[in-house]
Amino acid sequence: MQRTTSARGITALVAISAALLAPCTVAMAQAGDAVAASERGWFRGDRTALLVALGVVGIAIVIAIMRARAGHPVKIRRMPALEAVDEAIGRATEMGRPVFFIPGIQDMTDIQTVAGVTILGRVARTAAEYDAKLEVPTSRSIVMSAARDIVQAAHFEAGRPDTFDAGRINYITDEQFGYVAAVTGSMMREKPAACFYMGAFYAESLLFAENGNSIGAIQIAGTAEPSQLPFFVAACDYTLIGEEFFAASAYLSGERVQLGSIQGQDIGKMLAVGLIAVGVVVGTIGAVDPSGKVSAAFENLKSLIGG
Amino acid sequence: MLQRTIPIAILCLSGAIMVGAYFISSAQSWGETVTTWFNILAAVAFVLGAGNLIAMNLEKISSQRPGWGYAAITLVSFAFMLVVGLLKLGAVPNDKHPDIHLAGSYDTPASPFGWMYEYVMSPLTATMFALLAFYVASAAFRAFRAKNTESILLLGTAFIVLLAQTAAGMFLTGWIPEDSAFAFLRLDKIKAGIIEHVQTAGMRAIMIGIALGIAAMSLRLILGIDRSYLSKN
Amino acid sequence: MTNPQHIGGIRGFFARLGGIDRRWIFLAMGLSIAIPILLKLRFPEYPGPMAKATFDAVEKVPEGSTVLLSFDYDPASAAELQPMASALVHHCASRKLKIVFMALWPLGKQQADRTIDTVLKPFHPEYREGIDYAQLGFQAGNEGVIKVMATNLPKQYPNDADGKAIGDIPLLKDTKDLGAFKLVASISAGYPGAKEWVQYGNGAMPDAFEVVSGSTGVQVGQLLPYYPKQMEGLLVAVKGAAEYEMLVEAKYPAADPEVIGQGRVRMGPQLVAHLLMIALIVLGNIAMIAGRPRGGAR
Repeated sequence: MQRTTSARGITALVAISAALLAPCTVAMAQAGDAVAASERGWFRGDRTALLVALGVVGIAIVIAIMRARAGHPVKIRRMPALEAVDEAIGRATEMGRPVFFIPGIQDMTDIQTVAGVTILGRVARTAAEYDAKLEVPTSRSIVMSAARDIVQAAHFEAGRPDTFDAGRINYITDEQFGYVAAVTGSMMREKPAACFYMGAFYAESLLFAENGNSIGAIQIAGTAEPSQLPFFVAACDYTLIGEEFFAASAYLSGERVQLGSIQGQDIGKMLAVGLIAVGVVVGTIGAVDPSGKVSAAFENLKSLIGG
Repeated sequence: MLQRTIPIAILCLSGAIMVGAYFISSAQSWGETVTTWFNILAAVAFVLGAGNLIAMNLEKISSQRPGWGYAAITLVSFAFMLVVGLLKLGAVPNDKHPDIHLAGSYDTPASPFGWMYEYVMSPLTATMFALLAFYVASAAFRAFRAKNTESILLLGTAFIVLLAQTAAGMFLTGWIPEDSAFAFLRLDKIKAGIIEHVQTAGMRAIMIGIALGIAAMSLRLILGIDRSYLSKN
Repeated sequence: MTNPQHIGGIRGFFARLGGIDRRWIFLAMGLSIAIPILLKLRFPEYPGPMAKATFDAVEKVPEGSTVLLSFDYDPASAAELQPMASALVHHCASRKLKIVFMALWPLGKQQADRTIDTVLKPFHPEYREGIDYAQLGFQAGNEGVIKVMATNLPKQYPNDADGKAIGDIPLLKDTKDLGAFKLVASISAGYPGAKEWVQYGNGAMPDAFEVVSGSTGVQVGQLLPYYPKQMEGLLVAVKGAAEYEMLVEAKYPAADPEVIGQGRVRMGPQLVAHLLMIALIVLGNIAMIAGRPRGGAR
């Protein structure tokens, strides 16, 4: 099977772009970005609390990874959505119907798309092993390129390079509802037995999921778009909610080192819970404290942490 | 080997630099520079996508696969919009340079491109979006079942929000004076309480989890632990 | 679960209802929307606190100040968002505020143009392009556009949508960054939109301007954490638009109430559709209960 070096190059560049942008623009912003920013020394003093939080979470994750590497046991709860991947593809193989994988409608700059295509690797490997037909319609050219690279690699891993068909991974259109029309039309004609929705989804989530439901497909979704989660939960068989979606690639890899990073992430969550608890206690005392000192301390604490 | 090592090395280095740059005043524009690079890359890659679109649809037509008629419509529409847009056919002349055809405006309904946007593209996308109303109804009919205590709570909440989001809310409970002791029974008040406290609290919890998930995944990528996005051969 | 075909009488009828062809549901939904539109059903609306907060945020901007309106949506969500965009533009113009239009969505520029043509020009003919309002148009880059505008607006927008240099536009020639605006309003259908304006616009200069937003119903959950501290006003879906229209109309009657009244017009079908949804949910549950075996295992 001939490999396209251009696709490989684009994948590498895409990965770089995603990694560059993801931590800066999404995680930090969501972790509480909107704080005062008037001073302009060499260091952004208004982002100190964020730097501390990032440092603590980062160190926790690195320590958890090192512990896992040293052989400490890593216990991760079962994720039924990921356990069902083999079952869904197996069912499609038995029925002689295709499997659809929709990697969302955003480009590779969105870390949800990166998470989606890492799951695609596992789905493609299982599909190659079972000799199931996998269709990947994409709404971005670069995602198509990256998906082709990953699916081809999965076929090599499964020992079935001869069954890789680049023609099943196609670019449709960047236009949101044009993409929806094309994909749902294919769904109604080809009647896939399994549909995976992994990536960034917006208003199209329910259109996909309801169409998939109407043709009786097993549906597994994963997204970090909070507004679309209710639709996927209502219409799909399994849904990876938010952080589960990002943990999926580590879970599927089964590598201790990657699983360790999930444990580190949980330490960060405990930190957030602790801060919320402190805030609730101090805020409550401040509300009933007649001297106003606790209330003032609470306001100082709030402005120090982020706003 | 190098085909995997070099991209990972570049990724690790540039990722670390970009994280650091977020905290340095003079490096604030680096993120925008990277965005510009990506936009250029995406624009070039679009040619790849357009080529694939043409090849895929031509193949569908030639092999007369199910839905090949739609493929023909797609190709004709694609070619039409491309030619009309690139050549600015029928563009409205520019006031300053009426003799220069390419200086004309093509995005007003007076030009064919603008007309297609206004009277074809807009109604089509609005129609697709409007389909949501139908799918929401069928999904609600099928999925909203009072199977246990949690789903009964969910049903009750849905009814309150559905009613309070329209004039029915005020019709049913609007007669309760806002300053009375029973004002909390007004549907608009209950809805506001649900949205501002229950929903927002849940949303914040999900968002904190997502932010931490993104941080962990980014770290796995930057440290080169997760390489599943790169081909392995 | 008992096979509904084997249950007789009314119980059987309801049990079989659970497996109804979904096209009947589509037909019911279609009628519930079409009939109120054709009959022009209107119901009274009462402004809620979020609509009042948005109205007050515009009211307290000093006359003659400049505001930035970002059209972050496309035709797909125009049915939900256009009424509030029209009311907002009419409100700003009635208060003699200078308006700068822009878009973070590629097709947002056309939506802004449409609003200028249907609201600003007919109802406020005194507004002159370049002096009282300007159209910057769309720039690619999502939140990157906001970040650059926060520090150097002419760098991001060296020209307006017609290609005219910023320096040649009286309204914008002295504009350095987002600090030039007293209010930023994002009519937002998703990403990039209101959330990004709060995070990257308000986050960069929190004391310079207020942010208000109009949002689709489905994404409002993501914006609520920012209201009312980082986002002073928030209009939620068609209902928010209808409530806001009531407030604007009461103080600044428009020459054509049909244009600044589309939110209220659309609340008629919404009421009937919501009632249908409730009826469908109830019917679905009756079907589930009717289909259960009597006295057997559940």
